[in-house]
Amino acid sequence: MVETKRFFFDLPKGSRPTIGKTWKAPASATHVKNFQIYRWDPDAGGNPRIDTYEVDLDTCGPMVLDALIKIKNEVDPTLTFRRSCREGICGSCAVNIDGTNTLSCLKPINAASDKPVKINPLPHMPVVKDLVPDLSLAYAQLRSIQPWLKADTPPPPDSERRQSREERAKLDGLWECILCFCCTTSCPSYWWNGDRYLGPATLLAAYRWISDSRDEATGERLDALKDPFKLYRCHTIMNCTEACPKGLNPAKAIGEIKLQIMEREG
Amino acid sequence: MTNAKGLKIDIMRSYLGRARGLGSANAGFHHWWVQRLTSLALIPLTLWFVFSLVHLTGAPYATVRAWAGSTVNATLLLALIAATFEHMHLGVQTVAEDYIHSDAVRLTLILAVKGASALLALAGAIAVLKLAIAG
Repeated sequence: MVETKRFFFDLPKGSRPTIGKTWKAPASATHVKNFQIYRWDPDAGGNPRIDTYEVDLDTCGPMVLDALIKIKNEVDPTLTFRRSCREGICGSCAVNIDGTNTLSCLKPINAASDKPVKINPLPHMPVVKDLVPDLSLAYAQLRSIQPWLKADTPPPPDSERRQSREERAKLDGLWECILCFCCTTSCPSYWWNGDRYLGPATLLAAYRWISDSRDEATGERLDALKDPFKLYRCHTIMNCTEACPKGLNPAKAIGEIKLQIMEREG
Repeated sequence: MTNAKGLKIDIMRSYLGRARGLGSANAGFHHWWVQRLTSLALIPLTLWFVFSLVHLTGAPYATVRAWAGSTVNATLLLALIAATFEHMHLGVQTVAEDYIHSDAVRLTLILAVKGASALLALAGAIAVLKLAIAG
């Protein structure tokens, strides 16, 4: 059975998932595990439903993405999700697994447990279809902080712009972000005010350019962030750091932005 | 306006335009900073106030009046009142901006709390000054 918890603050009527189909494993299956997956088709409309897929783990790869691909290939080709590199580098396969935003390609299936694996799209984003969220606004917010090098000094004519080892080290923990938006979609401040708050992924990217020694637009960047909604909606809830599948710390980066603004104020 | 599927389209502004919105207010630091300063100040002030109240429990009226009227205690009481109400209206404003999405309700609540904080702080300050100056 699909667990559907009811809270005082419930989902809007049209968004409440109903219980969908159960897709049986073949009779020859030796190690069956259930996957409860969110389904919604814009062409069919109506409420989303939770389909249950029985997957034979003995003929499936170790990660949750392997199960999704197996289902799509062998059971139900209509199941829709994003994936590309299957090794945690592209950020496409970010979904919510058992209540946590993460990359399905890096999340092992817990074969020892009988509990079903619950897979939902990233929370609080418009759903395009099944597990595919619409991230258009989040991408535009990233664009709005101008995530590229801005400098008036021209680069040396015969070489790249140079950095000391110490200056380069400041970018560690920032440049590794793959923009899967697991952090941004786990942030309650982003859920409630995502139209105005930039969210942890974008703010981490902003801090990556603020701390780049080659960039000459630091003050301009801080000006653009110094806003009650764009930056200060962050209340250090730290879901972002908890969620990041790459082990980065967006909450710390946001804290550093606030400290730099404080330093500037004198 | 409707699309091919008959769904209503009410926003055609580009995503970048929406993300930039009204631009940066170039504000928010002061709010954030004062909220933290008042939290820090309230730790010792509240401890001192609670400790003093416990200490004064059962004391005669005249003793309590004299305690509140002394220069040191009156100064600390005024600081406590200022920090409490400053912290209160800034905090409620943050909560309202987080959770209330109707402009009318949010503005009304924020203004009401700011007004109430100012009046209550004034009333508290006048009470302390009366004891400290008029005795």
